[in-house]
Amino acid sequence: MKRARILHNGQPTDVTVNNDHQAVLADGTTLNENDAHWLPPCDGKIFVLGLNYADHASELAFSAPEEPLVFLKGPNTLIGHNQKTCRPDNVDYMHYEAELVAIIGKTAKNVSREDAMDYIGGYTVGNDYAIRDYLENYYRPNLRVKSRDTCTPVGPFIIDADEVGDPSNLELKAYINGELKQHGNTKDMIFDIPFLVEYLSAIMTLSPGDMIFTGTPEGLADVKPGDEVVIEVEKVGRLTNHIISEDEYVSSLKA
Amino acid sequence: MRHSRILKAGIACNQTEDHGTDLIASQDQQWLPAINGTVLGIALNHSDLRDQMDAAFNEKPHVNPPKTPVLHIKTDNTHIGNGVAIPAPADGETIYAGPSLGVVIGQQATRVSAADALDYVKGYTVVNEVSLAENSFYRPAVKAKCRDGFCPIGPWVVDAADVKAPESLQVATYINGEMQHCTTTAKLHYGIAEIVEYVSSFITLQPGDLLIAGTPPRTDKLALKAGDTVAIEIEQIGRLENPVVAEQEIAS
Repeated sequence: MKRARILHNGQPTDVTVNNDHQAVLADGTTLNENDAHWLPPCDGKIFVLGLNYADHASELAFSAPEEPLVFLKGPNTLIGHNQKTCRPDNVDYMHYEAELVAIIGKTAKNVSREDAMDYIGGYTVGNDYAIRDYLENYYRPNLRVKSRDTCTPVGPFIIDADEVGDPSNLELKAYINGELKQHGNTKDMIFDIPFLVEYLSAIMTLSPGDMIFTGTPEGLADVKPGDEVVIEVEKVGRLTNHIISEDEYVSSLKA
Repeated sequence: MRHSRILKAGIACNQTEDHGTDLIASQDQQWLPAINGTVLGIALNHSDLRDQMDAAFNEKPHVNPPKTPVLHIKTDNTHIGNGVAIPAPADGETIYAGPSLGVVIGQQATRVSAADALDYVKGYTVVNEVSLAENSFYRPAVKAKCRDGFCPIGPWVVDAADVKAPESLQVATYINGEMQHCTTTAKLHYGIAEIVEYVSSFITLQPGDLLIAGTPPRTDKLALKAGDTVAIEIEQIGRLENPVVAEQEIAS
C-alpha cells in the first residue's frame, strides 16, 4: 500500500496511490499526479543523519563519525511532492541531498537492532536541502542551514515496509533538470536503519510517523531558481521539487 | 488571563482563568504541557554562559563566536506538564535543570521585524529545559536534550498584556524547597523581539509554538537526581514544579 496526503477542496485528505501514480480518494475518485496538491505524507519528529555515507563525509572533508551525527528539523521545513523550495538571495551554495526516509510504524523505546525492523512502518523519499553559506560551528548543522521553510521536500507517499523488503541495497539518484548528478546506494550507509532505531530509541521514545532521513551519498551540486530537482529511491518512489527565488517565494506568501 | 491545558477524564481540555497573584498550581489537576506546538530553544543566550564560553568561542572547534542565535529543538517526547515526573537516566548520569522564560507565539509569524515581533507573542510561560551536561555546543544536542520528559512547560501561559517588563523578571530555581539558583531575564543576550525576528526569518512560527529564551550555565547548583523535586518560579508568571524519578521506576 502507498499512502499519501493531498490538499483536496482546501482540506488535508488521506489518499492511497495507485500504480499510475494517481491519488485515490476514499470514494474511489482518482486525481492524476500533476493535478493533485501533494502534502508531506506524515508528520512526526524529523531526524536527519549527517555524514552517514563514507564517500559524502570525505567529500565534505570529514572523517566518518564514530557515533551517528543526528540532527533535528522542525515541521515548518516539510513540503510535499511537486512543490516549491525557496533559494534565498545572495547565497553561494544551496545543495539537495537525496535520502531514503524510514518511517516509524509503532511506538519504540529501547529497541534492539535485532528487533528494530519490526518498528519500521514504511519508507518515503526525502530531499534534505542545505544552505552552506549559513553554516556556523554551533550545533552544526544549525537550523538556519537545514530547518528552513520549504527546504525539506518529502514524499510523494509512504510505501509499506514489506513491499520494499531489504532497505540496505537501494539505488539513490538525484537529477537536476533531467541530468543525473548524484548516484549512490543505501548499502554504503555507515549506520544502517536497525542501528539508528536502536540508537535513537535508547535516547527517547519514537512514535508512529516519526521520520528518519538516513543521509546522503556524494554528488552535491548547487541549485538555482528555475531548476527542477528529482530524487529517486529504488522501490520507494520519485520526488519532484522546483527551486524558486526569494522574490517568487515572498510574493507567494502575500497571495 | 492565563491559559492552561489539563487532562479531564482522559481528555485534553483548554482552561482559561483570571491571572491572580498566586503563582502556585493546584495539585488537584493533571497538567499537560501548557502549549502543544513546536518548541525551539535558544542556546548560549544567557550572558553568564556566554562569559564562561568566551575563550572557547575563539578556539576549535568553534573558531569564531556565534554570529546568530543558536537554536535547538526540544522534541514532543520531552514535553510534560506541571507535576509530571522528569525521568532520571537509569545509569545515574547527572541531569541539570534549565530555568527559562518561555515565549509563546500567538499568530503565524513569517519574516517578522523586531519592531513588530511582540505583536506575535501571545504570552509567557515557565520552562525547565532539562539537559545532560552541556559538554559541547559543536554538534546538535539530541542526546543531551531530547530524552523523554526533559522539557516541563507550564503550568500555564500568562497573556503578554498581564506581564510587565518581561525582560527583567526574576527566575528562581528551588530544589527540594530550597532556592538554589536565581537569575533574571535581564541576562538574555538576544532579547525577545530579536529572537522572534531571527527565528521567523527562516522558520514560520505557528500559534502555540514556544521559544525557550535562554538558560544559565549548568552548574552544580542546578544538578538534579532521582528523588528531588525541582521548581522554577518566574515572577508574575508562575511556578513549574516537577519530581525527578528514576526512569526504571516510571517504566514499571
